[in-house]
Amino acid sequence: MTPKRPSLPTAQPPRREGPGPLALSAIALVALAAVASGCGGGGDRSGGAAASEVVVGEYGSLTGQTAAFGSQTHRGIELAVDEINAAGGVKGRTFRLVTEDDQSKQEEAATVVRKLISRDKVIALLGEVASSCSLAAAPIAQEAKVPMISPSSTNPKVTLVGDYIFRVCFLDDFQGHAMARFCFNTLGARKAAILRDIRQDYSVGLANFFAEEFARLGGQVASDQSYSSGDSDFKAQLTAIRAAGADVLFVPGYYNDVGQIAIQARDLGLTIPLTGGDGWESPTLLAIGGKALEGCYYSNHFDPSSSDPTVANFFRKYSDRYHEAPGALAALGYDSAKLLADAMTRATDITGPAIRGELAATKGWAGVSGLITMDQNRNPVKPLVVLQIQDGKISLRETIQPF
Amino acid sequence: MNTFLQHLLNGIATGSIYALLALGYTMVYGVLKLINFAHSEIFMVGAFTGYYAAHALGLASNPSLLGAATVMLISMTVCGLLGFLNERIAYRPLRTAPRITSLITAMGVSLFLQYGGQMVFGPDPKFFPQVFPKSNLQLGGVVTTNYQLFVVAVAIALMAGLQWIVYRTRFGKAMRAVSHNFEMASLMGIPTDRIISMTFVLGSVLAAAAGNLYGLVYPRIDPLMGVFPGLKAFVAAVLGGIGNVPGAMLGGMLIGLVEEYAVAIDPWAWGALHVHVGRFKDAIVFAILVAILVFRPSGLLGRYEPEKV
Repeated sequence: MTPKRPSLPTAQPPRREGPGPLALSAIALVALAAVASGCGGGGDRSGGAAASEVVVGEYGSLTGQTAAFGSQTHRGIELAVDEINAAGGVKGRTFRLVTEDDQSKQEEAATVVRKLISRDKVIALLGEVASSCSLAAAPIAQEAKVPMISPSSTNPKVTLVGDYIFRVCFLDDFQGHAMARFCFNTLGARKAAILRDIRQDYSVGLANFFAEEFARLGGQVASDQSYSSGDSDFKAQLTAIRAAGADVLFVPGYYNDVGQIAIQARDLGLTIPLTGGDGWESPTLLAIGGKALEGCYYSNHFDPSSSDPTVANFFRKYSDRYHEAPGALAALGYDSAKLLADAMTRATDITGPAIRGELAATKGWAGVSGLITMDQNRNPVKPLVVLQIQDGKISLRETIQPF
Repeated sequence: MNTFLQHLLNGIATGSIYALLALGYTMVYGVLKLINFAHSEIFMVGAFTGYYAAHALGLASNPSLLGAATVMLISMTVCGLLGFLNERIAYRPLRTAPRITSLITAMGVSLFLQYGGQMVFGPDPKFFPQVFPKSNLQLGGVVTTNYQLFVVAVAIALMAGLQWIVYRTRFGKAMRAVSHNFEMASLMGIPTDRIISMTFVLGSVLAAAAGNLYGLVYPRIDPLMGVFPGLKAFVAAVLGGIGNVPGAMLGGMLIGLVEEYAVAIDPWAWGALHVHVGRFKDAIVFAILVAILVFRPSGLLGRYEPEKV
């Protein structure tokens, strides 16, 4: 019997096995996970306020790269809202806060603000900390005629979006100029280097203001480098800065990048002090940067160790409730909510235009972060504090009055 | 000159990490003609496994070189297993399906691991602990840390190990045979399924090492951390010649150096051309991808293989 000739490979594709049981169960698991995560977030009630309440929306970065900003601000706002309601609410109506997370992303900020306005029908908005997110949301609020108070966005462009947009913090032009004067006068620096975050409007604006004032005072900007927030490697920029021979490095970025920048700077043998803006403010700044931040300075909205009774009172209430010291962001969040409630009380009726009018007319209102009087651009004029990092602790170095 | 050398060292250190990642892409493409998009997530899982292992072993308060090595081995084991499972569950059933199906599946696995990671690890960044004591070193005018040198040394050692495996062992020969011609290799009696699984495991082990090294020098880790380094490592693999092992190593180093020098020449470029070249370093890397595919698709070290009709 002749052996069977082995068949040559044919042109037909081999018979497909199809997904085996292992693959099928894996696919089922994935589908289940997707459905579960989708359903989890969909439990919001549809909007609209009961007659006995005032609905206010808050949007902030509760998760993501700048989660520390949003969570701290939220705690400040929450404390204020509870106090407002404990004291009888606004004109007898309960102040109901609806909070949305924008994950530290601009696109998400716009999305959640649209949702707050159209579905929850909020009467006013509180947010955001990051100027980029505020700038993404402000046009939406302006168009819907919903007053928005940003607790800590310092870029001047934010309130220029329209007359429904307010803030309770100082501006970057003041902050940048003040830090330039601090570096030139107090630190005696004559050559400055700048390392800005080009992905954040806040950082770019602040860097520009610093550069123009430093040059006007007679100093020289020896090196101007940039990075994108979320970058991990800054060694190339820092090497170039080291080669330029600057006396001080201005890093107007956010705390989680600044910590890493400081560490990498010290790794490269760069010993000059780093200075920065209120974006450094976070309870985790020293945890991230550690010893690398010794002898560095940054500007902020208020000094938590101040003995002023308003500040001390707030400090005590906040730390009793949350078991941590309040930072500037908590204070500003608190002030934004309290100012909003105050404007609502002063207003003839609780509608967008009336609240807006009263906010714009705010004069000498005493907040934890200072006295707030709105100027014609809906920005307050307030002093700035420069904090220093010494022996692993943060303390007040200097207060700079508005000039 | 000092600054030039400093930039050189920085570029080589980053480049070594890209090279380790690029090897995974190139090996898998070589045997399966598949671009494994999930590779960048294996890198991320490696970094996170290292993070959790380091904390479990208490290395944050007790740093040691031995501890660092242990953590890396643990990561490599976990990621090797993950790579193996990935191939078995997601890619093997689609071996005979059109190429595009596997591509889409790879993207799917990548997204699944990214967002699954956000759910499991939490979306906020975590900080990789200093697993062995860090010290500053001065070599002439170049200032660096023992971490950077550790990265370069470990990367070179692993790449040398891989070269040995690919060119001096039977398994390596089988892997090269499979990448040359899949059908012929299986007809010759090579267990192609097993070779492919091992290739995935090998690539994932290198990705885990890259993840740990990355966590050492860039301590901030989060579930989406693999996206950009993975993309750049992919560009590096294509630059060197996708499917070509020495090419991936060369490509990785080149990409690391290009990124570094783009920032280094920024002041000059601003003065001469009024362009902040440093700000475009990422764009430059991807422009290299386009240029290579247009002008020399087989990559720098790849051979031009014409279609035989």
